[in-house]
Amino acid sequence: MKSPARLQLFLLLACLSTAASAPAAPIELVIERPTQNFDVDAKPIPLALSGFSGEVEAVLRFDLFVQGFSFTNTEAAQYLVKGANGARVEGQLLDAISKQAIFGKAYAGGSLRAQAHALADDIVAALRKLPPIGRTKVAFKRDTGRTSEVYVADIDGFGGAAATADGSIIAAPAWSPGKRLLFYTSYKLGNPDIFSHDLDSGARRVVARYSGLNTSATLSPDGSKVAMILSKGGAPNVWVADADGSNLKQLTKTVEGDSSPCWSPDGSMICFSSRESGRSALYTVPATGGAMKRLPTPGVLNATEPDWSPDGTSIVFTRLAGAFELCVVPAPGFTPPNGSREARVLVTGEDPNWAPNSRTVIFARRAGGKRVLSMLDVPTKQTKDLLQISGSCSQPSWSK
Amino acid sequence: MKLTRILTALSLIAVLALGATGCKRTPKDITPIHGRAAKGPGGDGPSGPIDGGNKLAPDNITSGKLENTGLEEFEGMLKDPAFFANDTVYFEFDRSSLKASERPKAENVVNYLKSNPDNKVLIEGHCDERGTEEYNRALGEKRAQALREYLSRAGIAPERVRTLSYGEDRPAVLASNDAAWAKNRRAEFILLRPKP
Repeated sequence: MKSPARLQLFLLLACLSTAASAPAAPIELVIERPTQNFDVDAKPIPLALSGFSGEVEAVLRFDLFVQGFSFTNTEAAQYLVKGANGARVEGQLLDAISKQAIFGKAYAGGSLRAQAHALADDIVAALRKLPPIGRTKVAFKRDTGRTSEVYVADIDGFGGAAATADGSIIAAPAWSPGKRLLFYTSYKLGNPDIFSHDLDSGARRVVARYSGLNTSATLSPDGSKVAMILSKGGAPNVWVADADGSNLKQLTKTVEGDSSPCWSPDGSMICFSSRESGRSALYTVPATGGAMKRLPTPGVLNATEPDWSPDGTSIVFTRLAGAFELCVVPAPGFTPPNGSREARVLVTGEDPNWAPNSRTVIFARRAGGKRVLSMLDVPTKQTKDLLQISGSCSQPSWSK
Repeated sequence: MKLTRILTALSLIAVLALGATGCKRTPKDITPIHGRAAKGPGGDGPSGPIDGGNKLAPDNITSGKLENTGLEEFEGMLKDPAFFANDTVYFEFDRSSLKASERPKAENVVNYLKSNPDNKVLIEGHCDERGTEEYNRALGEKRAQALREYLSRAGIAPERVRTLSYGEDRPAVLASNDAAWAKNRRAEFILLRPKP
C-alpha cells in the first residue's frame, strides 16, 4: 500500500514540476484601442530583433516602427523577436523578462517579403490587438513634371507600379473598400473628371464629368456611394452619388467653397473643409442631406484635409500655418478619457490618410522642391519615409 | 484509500494534459501565405511589383449614364490660347476675387465676346504651390468661376463660358519665391472658335 501511494505522489510532483516549465497561461496585454491616439504619454514598445536579415529584416523594422515599436538590445527590450529567414520566415515572440513564448510561427508560400509582413502583423496582433496592415496597399500620385500618373505600392513603398499611362494629369486617388478598384481625377479627356478604374481588368468608367471641376472622390465604407467635390452648382461643393455616379445629390451649397470630403466609419456623416466662415475649418454634414455643422479644432486654426479613423475615434487633418502640419482631434461622438476635445499638432506634413489600424497615417511631406510619402504613428509621433520613388509623390490613399 | 485514488486521478490528468500540449517551449504553427489575398486589394507574387501588375486602362472609357454634363456646348470648338494672352488675370494669395486693377483685362474679353456672338471662352484657373493640392484645385476653380460671374454680370451668357482648374499643376513660372508665386496665381482666357 505504501509503494503505490509513494509512486503516485512522485508522479504528481513530477508533473507539477514539468508544468512549471511549459508555456503558461496567456500574458496580460494592455489593449490600447480605442484611446491610443489621445494618450499624450504614449511611448513605443521596445523590441529586440535577432536572427533576421536583408529584406525580411527591413520589412519587419518598417512595419513595426510605423505601428509604435522601437528597436533596442535584449536588456532594454520589453519583448524579443527571434527568428530566421532561410527558405522561409520563422519567428518567435517572447516576453523579454520572463522569456515566456507568446507565439512561434513559420510561414510558407508567397514571397519572403509577404511572409515578413505576415509575421509583423502577427506581432502587432499579439501585442496591440490591431487589424493587420502588412499586406494592404497604398495608391498615390506620382508627378514627373508636366504629367502625373496613379501608382500602387506596398505600404513601405516597395514594388510601386503604374496604374495609368495617360500622359496627362491625375489627382486624388481613392480606394473602394475591399476591392482592387480605384477612383481618381484625371484630365485625360480634357477636363478634371472622376473615373473608377478596375485594377485587374483595366476597365475604366466615367463617374463624374460635369463642366468645371470634378475631384476629391471618396467612397463610403460599404463602397456603395461616392462623395465628391463638384463645381457644377456654381462653387466647389460636396456632392454624393451612387458609386457609378448616378443619383447625384448636392450636400453643401456654400458660396466660399468646400474641399476634401471624408466619410464617418458608419457611413452616416461626411466631414470636410470649408472656407465659409472666412478661413478653412472642418465641418460635418449628414450623408443623406441636412445642415452642415462646425467641427471645432480647439487650439488649431486653418484646418483642412480631414480623414476619419476606421475605429471612429479620431480625425486627422492638415493645418495651414506657414508650413503644413498634421493634427489629430477627437471625432464627433467620441470622447477621450481625459475629456479634452483639443486638437493636437503632430508633425510637419499634409494629405493624411488612415491605415486600417486607426493609429498609422500615410501622408506627404515637402522635401527639396518635391513631395515624398511618409508614415506617421500617431500615438508616438514616430515617422518613417517610404522607399523613395523618383518624381514627386503625393496624395496617398491607404487601401481599406 | 481515497487519497491515493485522488492522487492517481490528478497525476493522470496532469500527464494527459501535458502530453496534449507538449513540453516544447516553442510550438510552431505554419501560416500559409497565399499568392493573392482572398479578400481586399493587392496581391503578392514573387518579390517585385504587385501580382500581375496593374492593368493599364485602354483608351475606351465607358461613359455611363451621364447626360447634360455642360461640356457638350464646347465640344469641337477650336482653342486659341494666344488671343487673350495679355489679358491673364492675377490674384492675391488665397483669394479668388477680381482686383480692381485687373478689371480692364476682363473688360477686354467681355467686349470681344459681345462683338463675336459665335465665340466662347474657356477660363483656366491656377494657383501657386503654397496650398494643399485639393484645396488648390478648388481655389483655381473658384478663380475661374469668379471671372465667369463677372462676365455674366457684364452681359455674357454663362453658357458661353467654360471653367477649368489646374490647381498648382501648371505653374507659369517654375520657382519658389514671391515673384514666381505671384505669376502663378492667375486665370487665363482661352478663346474658343467654332469649327469652320
